[in-house]
Amino acid sequence: MPTVSVKRDLLFHALGRTYTDEEFDELCFEFGLELDEITSEKDIISREQGDTKAEGASDVILYKIDVPANRYDLLCLEGLVRGLQVFKQKMEAPRYRRVSPASSEPQRLVITEETTAVRPHAVAAVLRNITFTQERYDSFIELQEKLHQNVCRKRTLVAIGTHDLDTISGPFTYTAKPPGDIRFKPLNQAKEYTAQELMSLYKTDSHLRHYLHIIEDEAVYPVIYDSNGIVLSMPPIINGDHSKISLNTKNVFIECTATDLTKAKIVLDMMVTMFCEYCEEPFTVEEAEVVYPDGRTCQYPELAYRKETLSADFINRKVGISESTEHIAQLLTKMCLRSEVMSDGEQIEVEIPPTRSDVIHACDIMEDAAMAYGFNNIPRTTPRTYTIANQLPLNKLSELLRQDLAAAGFTEALTFALCSQEDIADKLLKNISETRACRISNPKTAEFQVARTTLLSGLLKTVAANRKMPLPLRLFEISDVVLKDESKDVGARNNRRLCAVYYNKSPGFEVIHGLMDRVMQLLEIKPGQGNGYHIQAADGCVSPVTICGEMDGLKDHRGMKRECRGVED
Amino acid sequence: MADTGLVETLLRRVEKVDGGLDSQDVATSLGVDHQAIVGAVKSLLALGDVISADQRSSKHWELTGEGCEIAEQGSHEARVVSSIPEEGMPQSQLMKLAFGKVGFSKAMSNKWIRLDKGHEGGPRIFKTVEHLEDLVRDKLLLVQKGQASQLEEKEKNELKKRKLLSEVTVKSYWITKGSCFSTTITKQETELTPEMIASGSWKEKKFKPYNFEALGVAPDCGHLHPLMKVRTQFRQIFLEMGFTEMPTNNFIESSFWNFDSLFQPQQHPARDQHDTFFLSGEQLGVSVYKYDWKIEEAQKNILRTHTTAVSARMLYKLAQQEKFTPVKYFSIDRVFRNETLDATHLAEFHQIEGVVADYGLTLGDLMGILHQFFNKLGITKLRFKPAYNPYTEPSMEVFSYHEGLKKWVEVGNSGMFRPEMLLPMGLPEGVTVIAWGLSLERPTMIKYGINNIRELVGHKVNLQMVYDSPVCRLDS
Repeated sequence: MPTVSVKRDLLFHALGRTYTDEEFDELCFEFGLELDEITSEKDIISREQGDTKAEGASDVILYKIDVPANRYDLLCLEGLVRGLQVFKQKMEAPRYRRVSPASSEPQRLVITEETTAVRPHAVAAVLRNITFTQERYDSFIELQEKLHQNVCRKRTLVAIGTHDLDTISGPFTYTAKPPGDIRFKPLNQAKEYTAQELMSLYKTDSHLRHYLHIIEDEAVYPVIYDSNGIVLSMPPIINGDHSKISLNTKNVFIECTATDLTKAKIVLDMMVTMFCEYCEEPFTVEEAEVVYPDGRTCQYPELAYRKETLSADFINRKVGISESTEHIAQLLTKMCLRSEVMSDGEQIEVEIPPTRSDVIHACDIMEDAAMAYGFNNIPRTTPRTYTIANQLPLNKLSELLRQDLAAAGFTEALTFALCSQEDIADKLLKNISETRACRISNPKTAEFQVARTTLLSGLLKTVAANRKMPLPLRLFEISDVVLKDESKDVGARNNRRLCAVYYNKSPGFEVIHGLMDRVMQLLEIKPGQGNGYHIQAADGCVSPVTICGEMDGLKDHRGMKRECRGVED
Repeated sequence: MADTGLVETLLRRVEKVDGGLDSQDVATSLGVDHQAIVGAVKSLLALGDVISADQRSSKHWELTGEGCEIAEQGSHEARVVSSIPEEGMPQSQLMKLAFGKVGFSKAMSNKWIRLDKGHEGGPRIFKTVEHLEDLVRDKLLLVQKGQASQLEEKEKNELKKRKLLSEVTVKSYWITKGSCFSTTITKQETELTPEMIASGSWKEKKFKPYNFEALGVAPDCGHLHPLMKVRTQFRQIFLEMGFTEMPTNNFIESSFWNFDSLFQPQQHPARDQHDTFFLSGEQLGVSVYKYDWKIEEAQKNILRTHTTAVSARMLYKLAQQEKFTPVKYFSIDRVFRNETLDATHLAEFHQIEGVVADYGLTLGDLMGILHQFFNKLGITKLRFKPAYNPYTEPSMEVFSYHEGLKKWVEVGNSGMFRPEMLLPMGLPEGVTVIAWGLSLERPTMIKYGINNIRELVGHKVNLQMVYDSPVCRLDS
């Protein structure tokens, strides 16, 4: 869940009133946000780097707000304020418009064939006559970072570049070149580097090194030039220094390059809708034309408004309320989904703005209606669904046996289903190939190399960790192990096991043997060859310290297999 | 019972004095070990108010083993002087004596002897005094006679430094007559025996009162694990509410059921290597369900990250029925996350899940059923926060008011399954599926007051915690 950090006073100013922390927390809760933390820059630095470093840092109060992962329109102060103001009916949702430039051709971005191999998509737009302040500028930069981390999947899907349009001249070319052929002065550097040099320069950069892998092994790297050969950016790594934006920038050229076109359009729409309110003509965005290698052209940003029609009855039935069509239309409008009752008085036409890419189905609209109504105002009802409960027979038997094993004086252990290969093989003097163990391909530590094939190793580890306890230790566990099984769709199956350990100064095999007899008695299995049970020494009965009476071939209609072992000190 | 003779002797002594007497003094005057007197005092105390005894402690000086030897035979330095003949003695010979080394240096510093280094045949020692006063021995003799108070503190400390004296703390009792004092004692019986009943002698016997202050003998028994006790209660609650248990005994699941069927796109962050344990090796099984977008991705086998994968399988099975019947399902079983471990996160934990499928279920129904479920857990104040979950819409986080913390805390997650998930399975339109989930570990940790999950689950838990855990009643 992304966290957005906003200055409290700035937020309250934009909302047109102040709140107590509790009131604001309440508002967030209602709107599906979470006021995660109230802090300040000074607090953060002193917590992370110590009080001395925090000296002189700003102590302006910051609200850290958790935003749902699919609400890209709430990732900056501008979006949050707009969402909350519309929700509180203090303003109407703005209407975003794409406009053509007043007196010239639109900016053009030409995509060449070479990009197909590495990063084939690009979209662009212009924010004309924008006015930045320090706060707006910071928010603009921060939103790019938030989008990069979330919908852009750490720049793998989409990378955003923003440029001072007055320092460059179109048409722009988006192409791809061998790294040795790309040479420019990157953002905030003093001299020119080739792309190769840049990759090694950023190897040690705490921020940029995470993105190098995206193109590092490609034969050609993506790059955007202006008509004079000036490099705008080398996506998804770094922009050029030449076109960097500043507080004084008036016209911003935004480009998004991508491996996923849909996501690129969403990201571009987010960037422009969030900040076009600061343009001379608010909520307008100047179009840019993208020319594809095959000659096709497209105008961006899309800023598409989509219409869906659904009935008030649908929403009432799903939510469990009975509101009038008019009221439901009002509720949806509070969620930035402008809605109108249609002529039949029953259907509602809902307009989904470009900021709400999370709305993909009628159920998403229904949720917004429920949120606007207030989840906690919905009457809580009991479904009349009539069903008879059943226990899973395997679990029912396990529950019954657990009770009786405890009654027999044994204590229940609870051990992990994942362990090291050593635990189930070497330490039990077995070869891993005999175990039918499923191996995990990406364990972080040796503790998670395999799924256990036996409960014994977990019980022995429990004994080892409890050597200080008074003797004897009598332990059992009833749980699942995992075995390879080619007859299953996933190639493996669980197997319910019972394992018990007796640990004392003297061997006491008769104790564990007695427990096994008791279990058999409980399961109505009689001793004896043939239909009953018997013990026989296993091959590879393993070491002088372990007496092993594993009982195979015990037929139990419930499919449980028993392990029964006695352990000497 | 201590030696009866000694007990009676003690009682007679107590009888004779007016105030009281010290157990240490009694031991000294009777010439018996102090511990024997302590035993007698304790057995008299157990008889009721025959005597009363206050514990007191006192310090006194005692000779060490070496101190005793000196008191008897003289200090090392005095013995050195007395062992040297008129014609002197070779230094090497003196050093061979047991007291030689220490005695030599002390005698040298007292100037009782002299060393002739240049003597023919090696260094030789001669005495320089005829008569000497062995002060060390005299002081030790004083302590031995119990007259340590005649020595100055400085002198005692010096002897302590030489390890000849030690200060010991003696615990003793100040014994006085009790309200039922008598010099004759009757032994109290501890148990009523069949013989006493048969002979009727119980009427005359005095019985020892029970000691209610001490703990009883712990029964020799086995114990169930607290997490499993809580699991039993949750199972019970679901069964009381008419929910049927799902077969969740398949830790290994395909990405298809774990992610794709739950409308989690293949680029979803949850599918990252960082969050999920992938299985290595050959793909043994072949998925029966054709998914035409990167089928390899859907076929990757993993350790399931949630039991909702099983719910999806169950709903698919339900959709294959000729006629739809409403169902209520539950499960409580292990799930796995490739996470960084800390005090509240393990790589595996238990997920509790409830699912209801029927025509016409509402969001109000989901909240109503959650209300009843949490009521059975003793949680009555609930509220719901809008949330995001890829496979449910609407999604709600469940919060309960924590009386101890005086704030709302998240206790679970819930929602309505998306139609994009239900329709491809073949469930009829109009069927709504509501579901919720929570972890088993968190309510257990709250219930049993455990702060670190590693003290609850796994082989490193302290078995004493398991032995001591009370029964689990969630609603009280």
